[in-house]
Amino acid sequence: MARAFTPKVITSNLLIEGDAVWFTAEDTWSGDITDAEFLTDEAHADLRLLEANAQKNVMVGAYLADAKLGENGPEATHFREEFRTRGPSNYAHGKQVEQV
Amino acid sequence: MYKYNDFDENFVRERVAQFRGQVERRIDGSLTEDEFKPLRLMNGLYLQLHAYMLRVAVPYGTLNSKQMDMLAHLAETYDKGYGHFTTRQNIQYNWPELRDVPDMLSDLADVEMHAIQTSGNTIRNVTADHFAGAAADEVADPRPVAELLRQWSTDHPEFQFLPRKFKLAVTGAAADRAVIKAHDIGIRILERDGVRGYEVLVGGGLGRTPMIGKVLHDFLPEADLLPFIEATVSVWNRLGRRDNKYKARIKITVHEHGIDEIRRLVDERFAEIRPTFNGVDQEILRSIEAQFAAPEFKSASTDGFEAARLANPAFRSWTDTNLTAHRAEGYAIVSISIKKHGDTPGDATADQMRVMADLARKYGHDELRISHEQNVILPHVHKSDLMDIYQILRVAGLATANIGLVSDIIACPGMDYCALATARSIPIAQQIATRFDELKLEHDIGELKIKISGCINACGHHHVGHIGILGLDRAGVENYQITLGGDHTETAAIGERAGPGFSADDIVPAIERLVVGYMDLRDNDDETFIQTYRRLGAAPFKDILYPKEKADAA
Repeated sequence: MARAFTPKVITSNLLIEGDAVWFTAEDTWSGDITDAEFLTDEAHADLRLLEANAQKNVMVGAYLADAKLGENGPEATHFREEFRTRGPSNYAHGKQVEQV
Repeated sequence: MYKYNDFDENFVRERVAQFRGQVERRIDGSLTEDEFKPLRLMNGLYLQLHAYMLRVAVPYGTLNSKQMDMLAHLAETYDKGYGHFTTRQNIQYNWPELRDVPDMLSDLADVEMHAIQTSGNTIRNVTADHFAGAAADEVADPRPVAELLRQWSTDHPEFQFLPRKFKLAVTGAAADRAVIKAHDIGIRILERDGVRGYEVLVGGGLGRTPMIGKVLHDFLPEADLLPFIEATVSVWNRLGRRDNKYKARIKITVHEHGIDEIRRLVDERFAEIRPTFNGVDQEILRSIEAQFAAPEFKSASTDGFEAARLANPAFRSWTDTNLTAHRAEGYAIVSISIKKHGDTPGDATADQMRVMADLARKYGHDELRISHEQNVILPHVHKSDLMDIYQILRVAGLATANIGLVSDIIACPGMDYCALATARSIPIAQQIATRFDELKLEHDIGELKIKISGCINACGHHHVGHIGILGLDRAGVENYQITLGGDHTETAAIGERAGPGFSADDIVPAIERLVVGYMDLRDNDDETFIQTYRRLGAAPFKDILYPKEKADAA
């Protein structure tokens, strides 16, 4: 039996800045995962990934990442994806300071 | 040091111009990412977790002050004010923007540096003993050979699409400080009856399948070096497993075919190509050697140094750990620790880089080295200048007296930066160093190499650490495996896995238990961790690491 589909968001890195971004329901890219479109249907997620990947001059390497719905919107479930929403742990660099 | 000739200069400039055009075409949409990616990798540009990363080559780890100043300039202008020195003697910038990279490469070209072949399935930056040209125990300076190999391998038409990356290391001393046994090819300069030759090792490597290099030639005549290395890479280029990237490195080829068969094939290929080498390579080597002539060492009294050592315990401690014997009378090799307790191993700020550049200019015959242990070396310092240097380093936060000790930890960038990582390594290194600093046990513990990798690819050399730590993703949680008894020197050995991994919270207490436990096990204060391990085997160390399991079994 195929594995049950778990909710996802679409994420990638911006072409120029390299910054981690998430794909919104408005076809834009946000630096905040809570702005991401929360995808609960596999067929829809695959379609949205195609649409995201069409923006190949804006970003690089879009993929589906596991997510859950939190208070303010989607949140990462895996620690790797969580780090991408924050930045490194050894310096206050990246999103953890840019978004404050 | 090697000085670019017109050919080098034009080649590097041309590559910068080409890459500038490629970046422009990527940004305006004429190149897709699929088309652009191999081009950016050829120029050392990766896309990591939070940003692009540019890996700049520091050939055989040698820099002059002007080059170090330029690295500082890059850190300040295009990055967040720092750079990360790596285990392959390179430097990485973690935050450049794509459109700035051509300017970075152009700035680097101004000081005879580049990022060519720091990625991709090519022959990578050739590494060497970081004490080259200075060590008291050296037969010959390995850097001329490393430079010859760099020139030969750069844009070598036969070797631009190898089965996988290929790494060479060279040493000129019996004591191996370049980890040559864990390289695709390791070269050691030897002398027999006054004649110079090379021991050539093949098929070493860390990563998923760690292997110790095997002897391919025990005494290769000097003039045969380039054709022999070319024959070796050529044999692997044909045989290497392009069907499976995990089996593509030469260590697997050697393992699958056997060293005798590889030797036979290399000899066969060597016989074919040797006549095509007409001696130009040897002429070039001679001219390179001339450029690596030793500086003019000065003569001065070292009385002041000895007096300062007696008068200042902190200075004495630093000189005890951070100096190595120099071949010239009155001189010492200074290792500047880039491992201040709690800081990121290998990270230096732009200001610190400038301080080190100034020291090299003023006191160090304008030479600096990057070690694979992620420290910076002043290879030629007269002992009478050490107190001045120490005081300047102290102000810059660079005078940590911990070279070779428990806090002198190698750590790869891990999941704080690297897209391949499966767990973080930097915070583990920071916590271990901080903890042992609190315990004030570091100097009592003595020589100990802890090496941490954040994934199986082993950039942090964990397999050859006395204590190795490998960060993995176990069911969505960071988990750390310990290996014991590894050795990165001429007596190289792959560490043995101690048992089940530890969580991120438990790994630092486990290391503390292990190291404190070793102090109880050792015969005397001078018996190092690795010596105790070799004397007693893994069992008592495993008992220390897993006390509960022992109780359960009882």
